[in-house]
Amino acid sequence: MIYHVTVDGTEYRLQLDRAAAGWDCVLDGREVQMDAVLAQPDVLSILIEGKAYEIRRERVEADLRIWVGGRSYAAEVRDPRSLRGRKAGADHGKGARHLVAPMPGKVVRFLVGENSPVEAGQGVVVVEAMKMQNEIKSPKKGVVLKLAVVEGAAVNAGDVLVIVE
Amino acid sequence: MFKKILIANRGEIAVRVIRACRELGIPSTAVYSEVDRAGLHVLKADEAYPIGAAAAAESYLNIPKILDVAKHCSADAIHPGYGFLSENAKFAQACADAGIKFIGPTAASMEMMGSKTRARQEMEKAGIPFVPGTSRALESVKQAKEVAAKLGYPVMLKAAAGGGGKGMRLVHDARELQPALEAAQSEAQRAFGDGEVYLEKAILNPRHIEMQVLADEQGDVVYLGERECSIQRRHQKVLEEAPSPLVDSDMRQRMGEVAVRVAKAARYRNAGTVEFLVDQEKNFYFLEMNTRLQVEHPVTELITGLDLVDLQIRIAAGERLPFRQEDVLIRGHAVECRIYAEDPDNNYFPSPGKITTLFTPEGPGIRLDSGVYAGWTVPVDYDPLLAKLIGHGQDRPQAISRLARALEEFFVAGIKTNAALFRRILADEGFQSGKIDTGYLERLLSSEPDGGKKETASIAAIAAAAFAVLDAASKAVGNGTNTTDTGAGASSWKKAARVEGLT
Repeated sequence: MIYHVTVDGTEYRLQLDRAAAGWDCVLDGREVQMDAVLAQPDVLSILIEGKAYEIRRERVEADLRIWVGGRSYAAEVRDPRSLRGRKAGADHGKGARHLVAPMPGKVVRFLVGENSPVEAGQGVVVVEAMKMQNEIKSPKKGVVLKLAVVEGAAVNAGDVLVIVE
Repeated sequence: MFKKILIANRGEIAVRVIRACRELGIPSTAVYSEVDRAGLHVLKADEAYPIGAAAAAESYLNIPKILDVAKHCSADAIHPGYGFLSENAKFAQACADAGIKFIGPTAASMEMMGSKTRARQEMEKAGIPFVPGTSRALESVKQAKEVAAKLGYPVMLKAAAGGGGKGMRLVHDARELQPALEAAQSEAQRAFGDGEVYLEKAILNPRHIEMQVLADEQGDVVYLGERECSIQRRHQKVLEEAPSPLVDSDMRQRMGEVAVRVAKAARYRNAGTVEFLVDQEKNFYFLEMNTRLQVEHPVTELITGLDLVDLQIRIAAGERLPFRQEDVLIRGHAVECRIYAEDPDNNYFPSPGKITTLFTPEGPGIRLDSGVYAGWTVPVDYDPLLAKLIGHGQDRPQAISRLARALEEFFVAGIKTNAALFRRILADEGFQSGKIDTGYLERLLSSEPDGGKKETASIAAIAAAAFAVLDAASKAVGNGTNTTDTGAGASSWKKAARVEGLT
């Protein structure tokens, strides 16, 4: 099966199948000897050309982070077969994302307007809390669907500030 | 010995004290705010009572409520932990008035050491060296210039009412003095409502080295070795170690004896810490005394073999110190890192939320004092310290490598932590050489971190796809009774791990 995997913005084309005697893996055209087993639902033991890695997976809403050693990567896996039937020009993310206030504070200002396009990691709204200003960033590339509060509003932890689609 | 101890705190320190109580066979009572009902300290205590809303002022700082609980459950002693009410003289007095033993020093000692100017005056009387300078507010630019000339530049202007770096100005020469003085005074006025500024000799790149002291109620005082606490971010300690790489046994003895004199001048009882600033010539100056048990006490415990909380309880119960100064031996080295729920990519902004996964390190030379567990929701209302991770060994390099190894095993998902900061510090040659001072961490953070992510990015890609394959296979199997599709074939060990993971 072919997978398109994006890791921190870099795209990889991966051919990955379970075979009788292990796994078949071709990464961007290069054959890679590998084996993988699940130790726990979010912990993978992967052997790549003899090197052993303990990989941890972190899922937060629709986001996926893959931890290799102490480093984490934003990852996205697309199986091209499931793209059949999708509209052309559909974006990479999976639906609307709610940006929430991480703690009680005050909305200082919005950095983008409704219907503006945003990149993943782009600052969307500034919230002041604990005498510090905190820039809340968009988790995905998309479009600002709605500014759910007004500038100057007091917010509680968990209050929705912006919806990005 | 006490019949019951109430712990007026939460999180990792409350768990620490509860453990000591358990080891002494003393029932423990926990108190919890609305957001802490499922807190680890509540899980571990023998009794637990609610004390109000999340806000600290309504719960963990609420003296009448806490004393009510103590009376209700017949606790005859209260351990305040650190922070919250631990250095609150009113609370210490209120306990005494209620006939409940406060495990710590007296209100009088707290009051003396709590005021910077009063502490300096007492230290002056006791002949304790402190940073040379004025003990009164500066009256004019002329006077300031005279004092500065006598002290020798550079000098530091400081706010008498101050803290947190506000109202402070470093002055390199006489020409800078007037504008700096005016700026410091107006900043102090704005921040504290009090524009009084005084002058100290500026110690360049000081080290913050503190000495643990312990006093029984009969007046015997010992020092238990120093801790190096120079690794700070915005004046907050993040990594501590014992002993200090700078201090040899002669300096330890001199600093220790000064610390004991400070404690005696304060008529101190129980555990406390005397803080010093140390300059590049290894001169040390009294900075202040902390009249409580400190966050970083584990590193002292590990190099002395002593249990400080156990000793605190015994001393409060009237027991004498069970050893003399000459019995205190320092052995090996310990390094502690404070793991906070903070986002390092967002200026270390607090990152509260639910911990979905927690893997903790084990193995030789590792100690973890944790206040959290997988499934716990870190509240926004308190200091976001999750755990203290300590590595110890026979020497400093071993302690460092053990802590670094433990950090590799440590994993939190669901919230952000500052763990990556410690990996970086421990790998840094400057840190490993021991040549650190209070400016070290800011310098390290302002330099470029090493990249090195490229080679493992492709591994992450393969792993992400492998997860997708294995997830799909697990789902296809459905329930947990087949031995297939962890990808391993029929291994009952792996099957058990998978079943456990699914329950």
